[in-house]
Amino acid sequence: MDIWALLIVPLAAALIITFITRKRAELSSYVSVGAVVICFLIVLPYFVRMLGNPHFEHIEQSFLWLDIPGLMVEMGTIIDPLSLIMLFIVTFVGSLIHIYSRNYMHGEKGYARFFASLSLFIFSMLGIVLANNFIMIFVFWELVGLASYLLIGFYFEKPSAADAAKKAFLVNRIGDFGFILGIFVLYYATGTFNFIEMAHIIQAGNVSSGTLGLAALLIFCGAMGKSAQFPLHVWLPDAMEGPTPVSALIHAATMVAAGVYMLARTGFLYAAAPQEAMMVIAYIGGITAFMAALLALGQSDIKRIIAYSTLSSLGYMVMSVGVGGTGAGMFYLMTHAFFKALLFLGAGSVIHACHTNDIWEMGKLYPKMKVTAVTFILGALAMMGIFPFSGFWSKDEILTSVFSSGNYLLFGVGVLTAGITALFMTKVVAVTFFGEKRYHSHPHESPVGMTIPLVVLAIFAVIAGFAGLPGLDPNFGTFVSAVAGSAAAHAGEHGAHAEHHFNYFVAITSTIAVFIGIIIGWLIYSKKSIDNNAIAEKFSGFYKALQNRLYIDHFYDRVIVAGIYNNIARLFNFIEVYIIIHFVLNGIAYVTRQIGKALRLTISGQLQHYAFAMVGGVLVLMIIFVLL
Amino acid sequence: MTLNHYLILSFILFSIGVAGVLLRRNIIIVLMSLELIFNSVNISLAAFAYYLKSITGTVFVVFNITVAAAEVAIGLAILVAVYRTRKTVNVEELKDMRY
Repeated sequence: MDIWALLIVPLAAALIITFITRKRAELSSYVSVGAVVICFLIVLPYFVRMLGNPHFEHIEQSFLWLDIPGLMVEMGTIIDPLSLIMLFIVTFVGSLIHIYSRNYMHGEKGYARFFASLSLFIFSMLGIVLANNFIMIFVFWELVGLASYLLIGFYFEKPSAADAAKKAFLVNRIGDFGFILGIFVLYYATGTFNFIEMAHIIQAGNVSSGTLGLAALLIFCGAMGKSAQFPLHVWLPDAMEGPTPVSALIHAATMVAAGVYMLARTGFLYAAAPQEAMMVIAYIGGITAFMAALLALGQSDIKRIIAYSTLSSLGYMVMSVGVGGTGAGMFYLMTHAFFKALLFLGAGSVIHACHTNDIWEMGKLYPKMKVTAVTFILGALAMMGIFPFSGFWSKDEILTSVFSSGNYLLFGVGVLTAGITALFMTKVVAVTFFGEKRYHSHPHESPVGMTIPLVVLAIFAVIAGFAGLPGLDPNFGTFVSAVAGSAAAHAGEHGAHAEHHFNYFVAITSTIAVFIGIIIGWLIYSKKSIDNNAIAEKFSGFYKALQNRLYIDHFYDRVIVAGIYNNIARLFNFIEVYIIIHFVLNGIAYVTRQIGKALRLTISGQLQHYAFAMVGGVLVLMIIFVLL
Repeated sequence: MTLNHYLILSFILFSIGVAGVLLRRNIIIVLMSLELIFNSVNISLAAFAYYLKSITGTVFVVFNITVAAAEVAIGLAILVAVYRTRKTVNVEELKDMRY
């Protein structure tokens, strides 16, 4: 039963902080950190056992939660390699970020509230990872949405943070609407919510491919909201209004990756879905990856740059799932969790020191904060995908699966994105840590409680890629292909996707693109042989568009919010005020009052008039009765 | 004596009672007429009970008499109270229960 403890411990921590230790900030932080570390210690033995034996039988535990005629809903957990990898990432990165937060958030008003929300998030996220059926994953899916809302809006007295929280919540609703419709379609087609039972029914070929395609796209809507894919990506950059550790944990390493995890978990559906549906997913991923990388170029807020790079990475993962490379997507998810959490925590450390988010007000921080700078650069190298850092292996695997699926356009987009990513990461590093001094305060290295998580994450950001080393057996692909319910696990052998062949063409192409990106970045931002402002002026229209996020947010504000939403609101206001209140409610009252006034005249107060009416009535009834 | 005889008697008493309620001005007479209606119903109930060999009707009669006794007690008490305040028992003068 220790698996259920994974859910109970963080939930208990959240409740304890909320109801008991809320007034005692320091104690609350220990409760929260303790809970997540306990979860990590529970996961660790399972994880180690899995490393030894990737083909172990999955463990499923469940109990009946809802039993009404025609509908049985269970709550259950499933432990298989896929969920164990995700559990490891969530609890491990989660532990480090909790520890980091204790220092980063020190002295904040609402310190205890912050940790209660974090524990709630860990609870919900573990629920998603452990879920063995669609209803449970949906319930916890919404719970992470709630935790994310609470944490984005942590500084709720700031209007921009409150707006960002609201935006994240509403945009996610759109995706979740599709998600739950997809769940209904699947339930209608298969009669079960359970992943493994559903997988067997679908693999038996009992569901038409049209239904599968529809369900696949609808379920993907959920991933689109949570993993911030175009056109629902607008909430993620704004979510950076939350505290930096939250950005690292929720909006980079874990929650936004939940969409990709869910796609991997329901891989049986995507393996059976028609090619057209998969192409839609792959292209949405590709568009997101490319567009987000471009948008990152136009930003000067360090957190927003990294946020857009997260969007771009998520696009990569989704693209990979779309072309059938679920293993590659999960591999990228894992390495991304490490280096992106590292980059965010590094950015947090810099912000902590400089009290600003603008990279143009930093500069030459390297001598002042050596640990942060070195770990940040390692994270940036991993992000760009330089050999032999972790990002190289995972990005290479994604590009290889795109290349070998024959989608050369997407492959080109992927390589181009890699180049642009290298360009803006070079910009961040060069402008923040080198160049001339532009800061006004007195930056200093962050305390040990913040630098240790940075160092640990940096180590993983460097070495995590070796888990997926081509030719290694068992390597990462083996684990993911052994996901419960998949055809490969069913047959107890290596799936087709597990065999990953190293492709020199892909590796060399992407590396060249990355180096071109770095060189351009170096020329512009470090050597300054190309004038930054000259380029901006030459392409002023495009540059402005980038700074304004390609006007997508404007479009949503003007057309959807102002044009459609406000008019719908006006219509509903009209219906409410004039039709419901004035016509229906006041109308009923008016008619009743008029009837009362008329009937009042018949009341004489004469007892015998009433008696006469009564007797007369009875006589009339009797006559009717006799005649009929 | 058949059932019809009893029913005819009951009908005659009922009609006298209704006429009394509708036509008399003295509220005490009205009340007495009401009692007459009551008892006409009791007669038909008892007759039916006898001819249908069922005890139910007889039981109802006993209940009716009990309830009627209680009702008369309350009704007379109200009449006494009304007479003390209004100094009249004429129904046509007691017409304040209106708008």
